[in-house]
Amino acid sequence: MQYMALIYAVPNGEEGYEGDIMADYGQFTQDAIAAGVYVSGEALMPETDASTVRMRDGKAQITDGPFAETKETLGGYYLLECADLDEALKWGARIPSAKYGCVEIRPIMVFDQ
Amino acid sequence: MTQVALAQAYKAESGRVLAALIAQFRDFDLAEEALQDAMIEAARTWPNSGTPSNTGAWLLAVSRRRAVDRLRKVARAKDEAVRQNLSLLAGDQPEDEAAQEIPDERLRLIFTCCHPALAQEAQVALTLRTLCGLTAREIARAFLVPHATMNQRLTRAKAKIRHAGIPYKVPEGRDIPARLQAVLSVIYLIFNAGYAPRNPVLSAEALRLCEVLHGLQPLPETAGLWALMALHLARDPARLDVDNTLMSLKDQDRTLWDHSAIGLAKTRLLHALAQSRPGPYQIQAAISALHCEAESWAATDWPQILALYGALYKLSPTPVVALNRAVAKAHAGAPNAALAALLKLEASLEGYQPFHAAKAELMAQCGHAAWSEYERAISLTPAPEEQAFLRRKQQ
Repeated sequence: MQYMALIYAVPNGEEGYEGDIMADYGQFTQDAIAAGVYVSGEALMPETDASTVRMRDGKAQITDGPFAETKETLGGYYLLECADLDEALKWGARIPSAKYGCVEIRPIMVFDQ
Repeated sequence: MTQVALAQAYKAESGRVLAALIAQFRDFDLAEEALQDAMIEAARTWPNSGTPSNTGAWLLAVSRRRAVDRLRKVARAKDEAVRQNLSLLAGDQPEDEAAQEIPDERLRLIFTCCHPALAQEAQVALTLRTLCGLTAREIARAFLVPHATMNQRLTRAKAKIRHAGIPYKVPEGRDIPARLQAVLSVIYLIFNAGYAPRNPVLSAEALRLCEVLHGLQPLPETAGLWALMALHLARDPARLDVDNTLMSLKDQDRTLWDHSAIGLAKTRLLHALAQSRPGPYQIQAAISALHCEAESWAATDWPQILALYGALYKLSPTPVVALNRAVAKAHAGAPNAALAALLKLEASLEGYQPFHAAKAELMAQCGHAAWSEYERAISLTPAPEEQAFLRRKQQ
């Protein structure tokens, strides 16, 4: 099964991180590749650089940011190939930002042929 | 006569049969429907052919066939490969069902139903539905929610298991303690749901489930929880007096306690404790056992109970455990120190009825005016028998 690990954290949440977060992310990615679970993964630019588009009455409405009221925002993701939810949760727990933010695990929807 | 045999067979075997079906077909709904089909067939054929010698194996064999029939219907429009797989599944079944052993898959099923990725109320509902064979209606009644809500809760939980890939397996290694705790809390929740508003079915189911769990995977904490629940039930006959007034432990007629049940629970608890892997349920059971073996309230071994609450607090440092420790301290002969410890908990336990009841009693014991504190406790008490109990103390 494929799972998306969505990484949420408050802006600059990594400031109190103990250790070198970039090195830890590098290590995590290497481990996930070595274990054969890594499909893809990216970090995202902050919400301040985001734009939102909605189609309403056939017209595109474009707004700055989402600037949701929730403090934790989506900062990146990994797409992982795992046997089951337990394995996906185990990998999710190892993502460095899980120490100060949180990681949401969502199964990828499979459409019938 | 057959009705009784049928009901007994369902009660005794449904958990095991469902678990085996789910293990094979990986589909909760299909398993439930197939067992339902098999029950209908049993009601039709048992009166003539007689109750089979191994009712569980009979139910499993018939359910399996019905499950395959149902899958065939669905697959009819689909491709040939699926149909061939189904033929293999069906061919799998030995004809002589009476001689067949049912594989016990309940352990895997317990861990699936109590998976932490499911909300705890869903864990409880799913456990009662699949392992204890209660209907959605019965579970809804026990937890005072509308039938439709309970149906929805069960449907959603089963869908999440399927969609999110919650595995059907027994956790291993480092995962065991946390996952076992989740299972034990579900069992204890079921027990307490049956204990406080008196639904003996739930308490009995919790005890039975704990026994099954211990039989499949004997671990000291499981034995600890079993002993804790068994000790609660052993004291149950003395819990209410003739007027249905709640009797405190202090005032209970200890001759009404089931002393042979207490003896059995203590034997099992000692066996668990001897394995030197203490946990919160073993400690709570040990505290309960000390109460049970005291001939009177005055003869209770309070210093040891206080020490056990200290040990419990180290494992689960919650305000409620701290409250119980403070109460034990008062009984162990230090009421003023106990009151001081208790007052520190005010902020975290404001709104918690037992806190105010304990505070009122301790204030009275230390010679302070306690009337208004009793009022506060009474105002937080929903059950009339408990209110009456506090009123008597207030006077």
